[in-house]
This record gives sequence, C-alpha cells and structure tokens, in this order.
Amino acid sequence: MDFINSHILSLMTFLPLAGAAVILMLPGGRDELVKTVAAVASFLPVPLAVQLWFTYDRSVAGVNVASQFQFVEHTRWIPSINVEYFLGADGISMPMIILTAIISFLAVIGSWNIEKQIKGYMALLLLLETGMMGVFCALDFFLFYVFWEVMLLPMYFLIGIWGGPRREYAAIKFFLYTLLGSVLMLLVMLALYFNTTDPETGGHTFNMLHYMQQSTHNEWLRGFDIRILMFLGLFIGFAIKVPLFPFHTWLPDAHVEAPTAISVILAGILLKMGTYGLMRISFPMFPDVTKWFVIPMAVLGAINIVYGALCAMAQSDLKKLVAYSSVSHMGFCLLGMAALTPAGMVGAAFQMFSHGMITAMLFFLVGVVYDRAHHRDIDGFGGLGAVVPVYTFYITVAFFASLGLPGFSGFVAEAMVFIGSFDVFRTIVMISASGIIIVAAFHLWALQRVFLGPLNPKYAQLEEINAREMFCLSPLALMTLLLGVYPMPVLNLMNASLVRLVDVVNMVI
Amino acid sequence: MSLGNLASLPYFLPEFAVTATILLLIVVHVAGRNRRSPAAALLAMVGTGSALFFAWMTPAGAGTGLFEGMVVLDGFAVFFKVLTALATLIVVFMSIDCYELTDKSQAEYYIFLLSVLLGMFLLSSASDIVMLYLALELVSIPSYLLAGYLKGKDLSNEASTKYVVYGATASGVMIYGFSLLYGMTGSTQISVIGNALASGTSALPALLAAVMVTVGFGYKIAAVPFHMWSPDVYEGAPIPVTAFLSVGPKAAGFAILVRFFYTVFASPEGAEGMWKLSSSVDWPFLFAVLSAVTMTVGNLVAINQSNVKRLLAYSSIAHAGYMMMGFVLLTSVGLKAILFYLIVYLFMNLGAFYVVVLVANGSRSEEISDFSGLGTRAPLAAVSLAVFLFALTGIPPFSGFIGKVYLFAEVINRGVYWLALVAALNSVVSLYYYARIVKVMFLEEPVHTGELTVAFVPRVMLAILVVPTLLFGVYWEPVIRIAESSVRLLTN
Repeated sequence: MDFINSHILSLMTFLPLAGAAVILMLPGGRDELVKTVAAVASFLPVPLAVQLWFTYDRSVAGVNVASQFQFVEHTRWIPSINVEYFLGADGISMPMIILTAIISFLAVIGSWNIEKQIKGYMALLLLLETGMMGVFCALDFFLFYVFWEVMLLPMYFLIGIWGGPRREYAAIKFFLYTLLGSVLMLLVMLALYFNTTDPETGGHTFNMLHYMQQSTHNEWLRGFDIRILMFLGLFIGFAIKVPLFPFHTWLPDAHVEAPTAISVILAGILLKMGTYGLMRISFPMFPDVTKWFVIPMAVLGAINIVYGALCAMAQSDLKKLVAYSSVSHMGFCLLGMAALTPAGMVGAAFQMFSHGMITAMLFFLVGVVYDRAHHRDIDGFGGLGAVVPVYTFYITVAFFASLGLPGFSGFVAEAMVFIGSFDVFRTIVMISASGIIIVAAFHLWALQRVFLGPLNPKYAQLEEINAREMFCLSPLALMTLLLGVYPMPVLNLMNASLVRLVDVVNMVI
Repeated sequence: MSLGNLASLPYFLPEFAVTATILLLIVVHVAGRNRRSPAAALLAMVGTGSALFFAWMTPAGAGTGLFEGMVVLDGFAVFFKVLTALATLIVVFMSIDCYELTDKSQAEYYIFLLSVLLGMFLLSSASDIVMLYLALELVSIPSYLLAGYLKGKDLSNEASTKYVVYGATASGVMIYGFSLLYGMTGSTQISVIGNALASGTSALPALLAAVMVTVGFGYKIAAVPFHMWSPDVYEGAPIPVTAFLSVGPKAAGFAILVRFFYTVFASPEGAEGMWKLSSSVDWPFLFAVLSAVTMTVGNLVAINQSNVKRLLAYSSIAHAGYMMMGFVLLTSVGLKAILFYLIVYLFMNLGAFYVVVLVANGSRSEEISDFSGLGTRAPLAAVSLAVFLFALTGIPPFSGFIGKVYLFAEVINRGVYWLALVAALNSVVSLYYYARIVKVMFLEEPVHTGELTVAFVPRVMLAILVVPTLLFGVYWEPVIRIAESSVRLLTN
C-alpha cells in the first residue's frame, strides 16, 4: 500500500505502458486475451483515480508553490543537465487526470469490436494513455515535452491504420500540425532553460515551478519583447492542440477519419491538453504577457465559438458536425480563461472536464450508428426514433447536454464562463452568446432530421444499441447529469488552484 | 610533447590490427579459389573487432604526439576511432547478407573497406597537415572503388566517376589552402600554425586558406554547396557502402573539421565562442548559414525522392547540417553536442540502412513501393525501421531527439535563435518524408506477396541497433559523459 500511495501518479502513468508491453509479448491469434489485458491495464488507473479523489486535499492551491503539490514524486533523471522526474497534482491537473483514467478505460471497452490487428491497436491505445497521463502529471518541462510528443506516434498509427477512407491524409496532417507546434515549444523550453537559474542550486533548470518565479528569470528574459515572443511560441503550440482558429483545420479530418474510440480520446482528452498547457505553463510563467494578450485570446475564443458552430451547422456528416461542435465548445474555455476572473477560470476548467465527457458520448453515439448503417449522412436517415428508442434516448441526452441545456454540466460551465467574462469584455461575450443559439440550432436540426419525421424504410430493421455500448455511455451520461445538477464536487476540487492561478496572473503590473 | 617513432609503436595497436587484417585479406584474395567463402568476411570481422577493442582500450592521455608529431593520441581521437571502427563492424555484418555483394569477390571488398577504416583512424588523429592530407586520400581513394564496386551497373559506375572528379577537385583546392598556411607560418604542425596565426599575420591569405580548407572538409561531410556528389554516389553504390559512407567518413570528416578549426582558428582559452579570424569575416555567421542551407536543401530535396537509398542520402546531408550547428561557435559545449549526435546518428542511420538491405534482398530494388505492407510481411524489420526513422526525425522517446536537443540548446544558448528556428522547422519538414516510408509500411497493402523472413543474425543485429536508439532516448547520461570527456581532452 505504501508503495502504491507514494507512486500513485507513476503507477497511473505507466501501468498502461506495462499492459502494452504484455500485449506485445502475447502469442498471435489470442484476440480475446489481448482485449482482456488491455481492459485490465486501462482499468487499473480508475481505482487509483478514485483513491486520488478521496485523498486529495482540496484546501491547498499548488499552481506555483512546489510544497503544495500532492502525490509528488521527485527524483533526478539526467543530472548533467538537471532534467528531473517530477510528477505532482494540483487542482488544475486533478480533473484532467481523473478524466483521462475514465475516458481511456471506456475507449478500450468501446474498441471491443475492432477486428483488424487488435494486438497493435490495443498496445498503441495504451501507449497513448501513458502519454496523456504523463502530460497531466509532469511538472518538469522536459518530462512534459517528452510525454507530449510520445502521444503523437500512437495517434498517427491509430488514425492511419484503423481510420476511415482518407485516413492517411488525416494522420499525416495531424502529425505535421502538432509537430510544428511542439518544435516551437521545444525552442521556448530551451530558451527558458538557459535564461533561468534554479534558486536552490544556482544551475539551469527545467523545473516548471521555478519558471513561474519571476525572480529566477535573467535580464534578457525580463525584456517584454522577448517575453511576447516566448509566449507566442508556446501559445501557437497549445493553440494547435486546442485547436484555435486558424489552426483548427487538422481537427475535422482527424476526428472524422479516426476510429470511434480514438475520436473519443482525441476530443475527450487530447484537445484539453492545449488549454491545460495554457493554464499550467503559459499563464503562470508569463503573467505580464498574458494580461497584454487577453483581448486577442478572447477574440479567438469568440471566433471559435461562433465559427465552429456555423461550420457544424453546414455539415451533412454527423461525425463532422460533432467535430466542429468541439471547436465551438473549446472556444468557451479560452474565453473564460482570458477573462482572468475566478468565475471565468473555473468555468473554463469545468468546461474542459464537462466537454470531455459530453463529446466522448457524442463520438461513441456516432460510432454506434455508423457501425450499423455504415454511413453518417444526416440526411440519409429519418424517423429512427421509432426504430431505436433507447439509442434515441441516449443521443437526445447527449445532444441536450452538448447544446447547454440547464441540468447538464455543459450549461453550468458555459454559464460560469459568461458570468466570469461579461464584465471584462462585454461586446465579445455578447457576440459569443449568439453562438449558443447556433449551437442549439444545429443540434436540434440534426436531431430532427435523423430521428424524427417519416421513417426511412431502409433502416426499419436497424439494430438497437447493445449492452457494451450502453456500458460506455451510461457512466458519462450519469456524470454529466449529476454535475449539471450539483457541480460542487468537481468545482471544489479545482477551485483553490484556479483562484490562485488568477491571482498569480493578476498580481503583476 | 611528442614521442619518437619507436616509442610510438605501442600506442598504434588499432592501426596495426587493421593493417594486419588488410594484408591477410590480400593473401586470402590471392589464394582463394572459392569466391563465396565466408573466410574473408570472418577475417574482416575479427580484424575490425580487434581494432575496436584496441581503440577502446587505448589509454586516452591528454594529447600525446606520436611519430614525431604526425598524429596525436587524445581522447578525441580515441572517440572517433571507436566510433568509426564500430560503424565498420556493423557494415561488415550488413555486407554479408547483401544480395548485391554475394557474387562479387568478397575479400577485395573488405580490403577496401578496411583501408578506409585505416584512413579514418589516421584522419581522426592527424595533427600535421601532410599527415592529414594523406589520411584524407586514404579515406577517399578506396571509397571511390567501393562506390563503383558493382561494375556491371551503370549507376555504380557513374557514382564512382562523379566521386573521383569531385573528390579530386576538392582535395586539390584544400591542399592549395594548406600550402598557403605553410607559406605563412613555415610549419606543417597544426598547433604551430594555430599559434602563429594567433600572433597576427596578414588576414587575407589566412582567410583564403580557411575558405579553401573548408571546401575540402565540406566535401567530406557533404555540406551544401559541396554535396553534389553525394546523392548520386549514395544511390549508385551498393547499400552497405552507402550506409558506410553516410556514417564513417562523415564522422571522420567532422573529426578533422573540428580538430583543425578548433586548433587553428579558435581563440585561445578564455574567449569561448570566438574565432581568431573574426576580425575579417563573421565566421560564426558564415557557418551558421552553411548549416542552415545544408539542412534545408537536404530536407527539401529529400521530399521528392522515390528511392529510399537516395532519400536517406539527402537526409544524411540534412543531418550534417544539424551537426554543423554545434560547430558554429567553436565552443566545447557545441563540440560535445556534435559527438553525442554522431553516436546516436551511427545507430539510427546504420539501422535504417540495415533494414533497407533486408528489404532489398527480397525485392532486388529499394524503391519506396518495395516497402509497402512491410508491417505485415516482416513486422520486426518494419517496426525497427519506424523506430530509426522517427529517431532521425527527432521525436521523443528516441535518441535522435536528445541529440537534437543538445544541438538546439547550443545555438539557443549562444543567441543564434534564427538558426534554431530554421532547424526546428526542418525537423517538421523531415517528418513528412520519413513518415512516407512509415506510411507505406503500415498503412498500405503489400505489393510483393509472401512473408519476408529475417534470419537470426540480422535479427540480432537489428536488436543491437534498436536498443541504443531507444535507450539513449530515455537515459543518456553515460553517453553525454563520454562525449564530454572526449571533448575536454581535445580542448586542453
């Protein structure tokens, strides 16, 4: 038990990797065994996440204070350049760690019907989980970067081998886009390394928390022009991941071509890494530039909301519609963060968590219908509500949650974002609010075209949603609903940290 | 301090091992009726192996001159001897399996290969410009023969001819530069030349000499604009030779480039990152431009290649460009980054070529389409190649990433930000063409049917090359220490 408690984050990060190694060593042809091992390896982090949930002390903030991080593991890795193996959790990372554990497990269950090269698929999926979990736990920039990049490889293959018809194009586009963002981040990381000093040892450091103490920065790094460049380098890297307009064009391709479970992970977790990076790295390291950059960020957020919603409305492919709705929803995160108020910041973080669940549901649901009908053309269905009532129930819940109906977690998040940012930039918020109407419009319109109206006789025999699929959807639907009615458990989890984050950014100038 | 001829002999064991093996191989060649006898390969293996062993065991004192100062024995030289011997050993293994070489005289081939190795040993330790020139020619001339080893193949003949013409021109220009240096300083010892230049001489001849010497070395490491020979040579030569040329002589070229410029043109200690000749020309900027152009041209041209050998040739030009980043400011940190990169480059580049040999053995050609569906035909080889290619791209957790981090770190630390940016963007470009090979391997259906069986020895060799590529990406402290101590012994 002691070992588990003192290495809980490492275990959550590397158990899936161990599972991947076991899978690769299994003999060929044992597909059921492969799936079982994958399910176990991805399930193990879930009880650990529960353990985190119950033992996490919600009263301390973390953010830039090393002593307030919890479940910390800190050892030297490469002493000659002071790279450290430094993991820890605070209120910013906790919801993301929990979300990653849940969604990854559900994604493995959701992949049960994959038949092609299941061994490679599951191994890559578990490797992907290790990368994602590592990103949310790492507090050393070098370590963070390694995890950040480790995700690219499995993602490339998962889209490229198991994806839809245009998978090759989508996979390489995703890879090139994100690598472009990452190399900029790498340059900024190295520049930070050489222009900061570790207050304890006097040497250079990759410790993120040291970067957040402005006193560790040298003269060169205090120049505002330089800081703007560094901030922008990081911002582009994160914006590509979010993805923010105009860096979003990889997203529809990747989401549409990826197999169902991978779309779930892409939208449910990967996109959050962009906004997480901004909160964890950009904001506290460059608070002065952040303040200088709030208007552009808010504008970009508003563009995402409105433009993403308009694009979604124009789609005839159900999966593409869901993909663009992600673009729209991630805009709320940025808008809330840019406001630099506690309500806005908490709203943004809650939106990350809530959208992770809702969009995961949506992609699962699209996958369900695609598996049966082998197309996703919105106009190609009609009247399905009468044939598959249970499925219709689930998708209605998911769509209502996604469009921000009160009673679901999405509403709470979006409301908090608007409350937090309204006083700061009124015009932008009012424009963004119009996005809500468009979001509602395209959801309801799609719902109407697919499930209402006269029944398309082609689908009179459509198979109802099965138990395994409901197993993936029910926990998500339940959590969305619970958090919509009573969001306090998750809000409490992150509140202290986000309030500190806002203070950190606002204290300067 | 330099030892006399007799006293130097005990320190010359690696070279003796290679020379003895060459002589034995000649005997085998003359006596051997059966051309396909494995004796030659075995002999080459043992000889290279023992040279590697002796090089590794050499006590690396701080700069002992041997043979009245013709060569020097320091940690830097030892480093490159070990590196080049290791590369040669791997290439010998590669050559055994290669279909292109099986019906040729094996002994002859290994004689040339080991002659190049001997040349590389001397080149990495030469401390006199006459010795340097001889060593360079000893590397070059057998290389011409190796490039043209497939006599019946037009491309191979073209490769050899091109190589000779370019090589002769470059070495002619270089020796003209040497003669200028000798005329100015009256010595052939590079340390004496360095001191004489430091005490101030006319700038113009020194500048001219530096440019001409740069041409010679630039040709050896295939830096743009002296790279024109390399794609054709790399495409025409047998695959193991291409692999060898892209690692061995390139590393030796870097060794002499670093040693020569560091001794002759770098400022005395205390002023790290400055060049002696900085008054007349902005050398760091010049080399930064050379580095940027080399990597950009290499990567951009590689995009359009359909032949994997040629693609890897251009990629190796790009990698020379990356490595030159460490050279721009002539600091010990930068040199350390180059050495580290050479170590990881050895494994990942030879590894990539090794898989090309295995695939080409089945299909008798090495077009990208020959690799399609390799993921199902030969999973182990395909996964290994993917690892090597992503390592070459510089993606964690593979060793190439760490190598690039050190190179980027050096230029960023010295404030040459634009070069770091160019290099970073180049990495993204390189992903595009490396991923093309990965794509056909895993995402496309096989053109050739049937499984590609990989025998036991190649499997072991692949493992030997893959493991360091993975391991040095996760834990590289010992490797960087080796690089560091090798550089320290040069700079003292």
